[in-house]
Amino acid sequence: MAYDERLVVVLAEISNSLFNKNTSEFAERILNLGIMEQTMVSVAAGIAMEGLIPVVHSITPFLVERPFEQIKDDFCYQQLAGNFISTGASYDYSREGMTHHGSGDVQILRSLPGMQIVVPGTPGEFDALFREAYANGSPTYYRLAVKSNPVEYPVHFAELAVVKQGKQATVIAVGPMLASVLTAVEDMDVTVLYCTTVAPFDGGTLRAASQSSNVIIVEPYYEGVLVPDICAAMKQTPIRVETIGIPHKVLTHYGKPEQHDDALGFTPGGIRFRIERFLND
Amino acid sequence: MASTEIVRIERLMTLATGDEKHDESARSTLDVLWVLYDCILRYDTENPRSQERDRFVLSKGHGPEALYAILADKGFFSISALKTFMGWESILGSHPDRNQVPGVEASTGSLGHGLSMAVGMALALRIKKSDRRVFALIGDGECNEGSIWEAILLAGNRQLSTLTCITINNHSSSLDFGDLAAKFAAFGWVATTINGRDHDQIYEALSRRDSTRPSAIVAEIK
Repeated sequence: MAYDERLVVVLAEISNSLFNKNTSEFAERILNLGIMEQTMVSVAAGIAMEGLIPVVHSITPFLVERPFEQIKDDFCYQQLAGNFISTGASYDYSREGMTHHGSGDVQILRSLPGMQIVVPGTPGEFDALFREAYANGSPTYYRLAVKSNPVEYPVHFAELAVVKQGKQATVIAVGPMLASVLTAVEDMDVTVLYCTTVAPFDGGTLRAASQSSNVIIVEPYYEGVLVPDICAAMKQTPIRVETIGIPHKVLTHYGKPEQHDDALGFTPGGIRFRIERFLND
Repeated sequence: MASTEIVRIERLMTLATGDEKHDESARSTLDVLWVLYDCILRYDTENPRSQERDRFVLSKGHGPEALYAILADKGFFSISALKTFMGWESILGSHPDRNQVPGVEASTGSLGHGLSMAVGMALALRIKKSDRRVFALIGDGECNEGSIWEAILLAGNRQLSTLTCITINNHSSSLDFGDLAAKFAAFGWVATTINGRDHDQIYEALSRRDSTRPSAIVAEIK
């Protein structure tokens, strides 16, 4: 808030208490509107029209799915800049059940023209990516998760990072999936690309780094979102594609996120099994 | 005086639509918009995004012919543009686009968005220490949308005294609202009901501004 006086935080109760310590200094630029997510997004658009930079925040389904039309009409169609920061990725809110899950966020936001989608793997990477993108003139979604990679990479907005190079396959790990992927392929001769910006997707680096026709995507949301971008980037090369992500089905269990990971095979062992099966198929 | 001007604007609307049977959505807003643009709003047609302007949002988006005709009459764009209304190369669609039409503040069309965007503008202007006024026009049918009542609750709670919401009550809603002004008042607004064809009443209502509360004008169209 001190860094850029154009920043305005717009909340619908969620996380409001976290800002209390700042309210004396930045109170007029921290707007908690109450529980009205549709109006929260439209109000943010009005703020953006006045040249300020809104930062809108809530739990994933209430930030993305409930006010989806407001994001589409008020930000994307009007070509306004704004930042949408979620909390609770996929089944992070496992105990609350599917009304509080957010596995479909990236899939539906990917349908919006001009929408930028950032999936950092660590808090530090979020900080770096936000500073790069927050004022670039486009609406940007930042998907924050409880799961975090133990190692921070020097990431840049709209760029794939080459983590490891090999000949047998190219594995694209999105955000917090990198740690599981690196464990899964530790002794395998594969290229690993680290993706922290889903849209716009860095097809150039994928083309340049791929040494194999086997492409495997490991995404922390509903599986397959990146397939069209990968096909577009590799259209001159015959490829085989495997998608590993959250399966598209209703989850009826509660418990801990790790229990969902185990049940869905969303673990280093499960990911390795899927990769080996694909490569041996 | 006013009737002559309204006749002129109606002729411009005819340029857009090709006949004199303007739809009720456009005709019902005509008098309010004329008084607003002729007597109340501050704007600079040479610099439509001037910081010194007042803001107007056609929240309901529907029936923009009256707004387009008045914007052209005031010089925001050429009158000849009206003839292209809804055509392939036109800047004038049947819902206004802020990125194409000079003088249009917000793109609207899906009901229930514009008033909330106007609230956002008023909140931003407060942050910027600006006293410019923000006007939004909604329809009684649009008042079926839940987001309208979110915005009304929020504006009253935030004491957005720079905000004025005009409700064109042409009784298009299938649901009966009863006393709309009383509902605004219950949410902390200063609210009044006027004849939406009476220019003196419109002018008086638009001129008033409370020091702490947002203003609501229910313009009855019989």
